[in-house]
Amino acid sequence: MSLDLHGPGLWYATRATGLVALLLLTVSVLLGILTAGRFATENWPRFLSQGLHRNTSLLVLAFLILHVGTTVVDTYTTIPLVAAFVPFASDYKAAWLSLGAVALDLLLALVATSLVRRRLGHGTWRRVHWLAYACWPVAVAHGLGIGTDRGAAWVLALSMACVLAVLGTAGWRVITAARPGPTQ
Amino acid sequence: MSTSLRINPIACTGHGMCAELLPEVIELDRWGYPVVVSPAIPRSLLEYARRAARACPTLALLVEEKAGKHR
Amino acid sequence: MTATRLLAGVADAAGLQDYERWYGPLPGPGGPPGRARSRSRSRRPERLIEIIEAAGLTGRGGAGFPAGRKMRSVAARPGRKAVVANGAEGEPASRKDRLLLTRLPHLVLDGITLAAAAVGADEAYLCAHGTESGLLRRLGHAVAERQAAGLDPVPIRVTGIPARYVSSEQSSIVQYLNGGPGRPTFSPPRPHERGVNGKPTLVHNVETLAHMAMIARHGHRWFRGAGLPSAPGSMLVTVSGAVTRPGVYEIEMGTTAGEVIMLAGGPAERLQALLIGGYFGAWLPVEAAWPVPMTHAGLRAAGGALGAGIVIAFPAAACPIAETARVARYLAEESARQCGPCRLGLPALADALASLAFSGDRGGSADDIAALIPLVERRGACRHPDGAAQLARSLLTAFPADVHRHRWQGACDGVRRPPLLPLPR
Repeated sequence: MSLDLHGPGLWYATRATGLVALLLLTVSVLLGILTAGRFATENWPRFLSQGLHRNTSLLVLAFLILHVGTTVVDTYTTIPLVAAFVPFASDYKAAWLSLGAVALDLLLALVATSLVRRRLGHGTWRRVHWLAYACWPVAVAHGLGIGTDRGAAWVLALSMACVLAVLGTAGWRVITAARPGPTQ
Repeated sequence: MSTSLRINPIACTGHGMCAELLPEVIELDRWGYPVVVSPAIPRSLLEYARRAARACPTLALLVEEKAGKHR
Repeated sequence: MTATRLLAGVADAAGLQDYERWYGPLPGPGGPPGRARSRSRSRRPERLIEIIEAAGLTGRGGAGFPAGRKMRSVAARPGRKAVVANGAEGEPASRKDRLLLTRLPHLVLDGITLAAAAVGADEAYLCAHGTESGLLRRLGHAVAERQAAGLDPVPIRVTGIPARYVSSEQSSIVQYLNGGPGRPTFSPPRPHERGVNGKPTLVHNVETLAHMAMIARHGHRWFRGAGLPSAPGSMLVTVSGAVTRPGVYEIEMGTTAGEVIMLAGGPAERLQALLIGGYFGAWLPVEAAWPVPMTHAGLRAAGGALGAGIVIAFPAAACPIAETARVARYLAEESARQCGPCRLGLPALADALASLAFSGDRGGSADDIAALIPLVERRGACRHPDGAAQLARSLLTAFPADVHRHRWQGACDGVRRPPLLPLPR
């Protein structure tokens, strides 16, 4: 199979990798909330949430490399590589694309600081990590707004499911944090 | 060269991940805070201890190498 | 026995001129220019460290660490240093630091200047509780008086620190001076490694510095002329409780606890125990405590602690469990709340002690006390929980009959007495 730089193949790849990246990012956010909320059951230890959260985030990055790569290489639109990191560096749907760039920048900051967490110290790492709550909604907005699949009902449903899952889990976190526990 | 475990009690918030990852040496007290049963880490557990220290959400678990002489 | 060294001029030496008349000028660096240097002992600042080491002076703030060794470890580090004089007497039952700062401030200030020269410091602080505005003002005047006389090459900054129990701990003071909260920090780094403004910092109790000022004048052999070879010199003790003349006394190291009680006029009523070392110390039954020499080693061997020289005479008619419960509640409230085992364990310990003291719940609370002690000991960033643990443990050891009686028969009559052990507020 030859790589058709002009047909719809790459465009499908861009949309697919983008969607998968968003799903994985949602899973990562959920696992992060569970870790912070000290969720644990008899069969689900705390280090499992944390370990999966870390690995899922790295997977998100892997899919984003494909997502950005297929977008740049596709000759149907002329989106330069720099547009993946710098907002308004491309004319194509400038606002919605820029959201993607912002989300990617935030994700890179989150991953980079996490990789050097011990050298950075817990305080600094934690303050940067709050940006995760900015990164995820920006990514969701980018996915919905960029428009290509907005019409497809199943994409809309999937996005809604992601939003509900994060809102629900974040709600759980807020409630359990407010309730006085044994370590309060 | 001896390696020992130490906990920064100010940073520790009682997450308890260390006790999950190094149950041979760390137990949790009645409030969920870690008790290091024996600070000296045997060579066989060293890598697990390091992993537990990396996992600590507040970086409160410390694996310290001492060059033999007591402080 | 009693010694009159530090306190020789205590009645009349608050002002600089009176002070110099009583104690003589300070020899060597730090002394006013033009004065006779008949005793050139301290001509080289580093020489002081050798003299202090030879004198065997140990810290008088409670830990009893060799003062010379501490100075040497700070002096050995590169760069400029800082000196902090800790006059923030956190122990409610201690009065000696207050006495020194009020009546003999220049002895302490001389000590600071000597220490600063010896370790190479360019910053010096004298700390007392910030609530003591009168004291801080008078200390400011004393410093100004000395500046006018050209006495202190390194200006001494009188600083008020938070009046909390944990704020007088040395890492708390250093953090406060660095602009942070007055709470203990995790070490490393220790103050002598990196303290005020990142400099190696020498932190000494004010009494220790006062002794240094005396040793600089009279030499190490003079210092060793009192006390024991293993515990030389004199120390200040604060005696309170059921004694006829409570107050601060100066004794030779090694004086027995019984002699200290007699110095303070003897018991005011029949005693059952002595609480030595303050709330960081330990209970000792009076018969066991009476012959114990007042040294760190002597009290440790007896199962107690010398601490900052606090001796409280505890009468037979009072209830040690009730008093310990009150003190434990105070210590729990004074926790900096930074470390889980202290924040959660001390209130639990206080609850169990109160339960034993006032409710005697058939054994549960006594077992809980014993179980809680190892859960709080050594599990904080500072020694605050250790003090509470030691107090509780010594209670169980010194009063097994009372504990048994409270367990199975409920509170004794002693709980109805008005509170004896001093607490702030």
